[in-house]
Amino acid sequence: MRNPLRSEAEAYRFLGVVIVGAAVIIAGAYINRWLGVAVAVIAFAWLGWWLMKEPVPGAADPPPVVTSRTPPGMHRVLVVAPPGTESVRVPDGAEVLVVVPALASTGESYTGAVDDRRHDAEATAATIESRLPEARVEVGADDPALAVEDALRVFGADEVLVIGDEGMLEAIRRRVALPVSRA
Amino acid sequence: MYLFIASEIMLFGSFFTAYFFVRIVNGVPWPTPPYHLPVFVATINTFILMTSSATMHWATTSIKRGNVWGMRAGLLLTFLMGLSFLIGQLYEYMRVGFNTSDGAFPTIFFCLTGLHSCHVFIGLAILAFMTIRAWRGHFSAEHHHGVEIGGIYWHFVDVMWIVVFTTVYIL
Repeated sequence: MRNPLRSEAEAYRFLGVVIVGAAVIIAGAYINRWLGVAVAVIAFAWLGWWLMKEPVPGAADPPPVVTSRTPPGMHRVLVVAPPGTESVRVPDGAEVLVVVPALASTGESYTGAVDDRRHDAEATAATIESRLPEARVEVGADDPALAVEDALRVFGADEVLVIGDEGMLEAIRRRVALPVSRA
Repeated sequence: MYLFIASEIMLFGSFFTAYFFVRIVNGVPWPTPPYHLPVFVATINTFILMTSSATMHWATTSIKRGNVWGMRAGLLLTFLMGLSFLIGQLYEYMRVGFNTSDGAFPTIFFCLTGLHSCHVFIGLAILAFMTIRAWRGHFSAEHHHGVEIGGIYWHFVDVMWIVVFTTVYIL
């Protein structure tokens, strides 16, 4: 089923459909009340059909082909490094993905004003990348546990190393079923 | 998002159920004589709100192309038009000539239009935040999620107004 509020463009398009539908119902009702009722029933049925049948943008596209360049048996480590981290120690010979969560305060999270925090995280990510050229470094969500969850969707880690306080460590432990330890 | 849509449908649905019960089942004349609905003011308000959706869409498409000033102008215009709508609604309430204590018709009228006005008020608060953030340079072609979400809400408020305007004022 199509979500009419999936994006701003979709919502704007839905508004156009509703305006046209309302105009048709009003025109029908001005000619005859029962014609207006009939038009309304048809309009709502058509709207239901449109929501059910209209293809979701991108749904028909073939799924992306996911390939891995990791040799079999290689250890994969996901490192969580909060903004401000200067350096990261990683196991030798392992494939490493470092995620820098854009840690935000509760107020910033609720209002979505996380852009400044993302800039901080991007600066930290650039610093780590320059010191750890063999690792991949990315900026993650404002919630560390969510950032780990997002990263694990595309990076099949064997373990998670966390640079941070006990609260962050526990939050990540509760969310993932992998060995989680302090880096 | 589905939960939000479902909760809003139930909220507005309960008010529309009361409207249909009063008007269809009880057969209360709509509007009850000697009162008249201010259709002209409501029609002007409808055009203002529909135009504000167009400026909101302009703001979103502008920032997607990296046009920061287009977004700022779009958001500011949307906010001003939303404010005009709300002021128009308050003006309508003051001049309408009936009150909630005057029977079922005025009660349903104020409940439905008032519920929508509450949504417009919340939308204006969101727009105010978005406009301030736009002026502080928080949005770019890559990061504009805040504009996108606010735009979705604003279009939703417009969709609900079309339904309220059609059923309460026109039909």
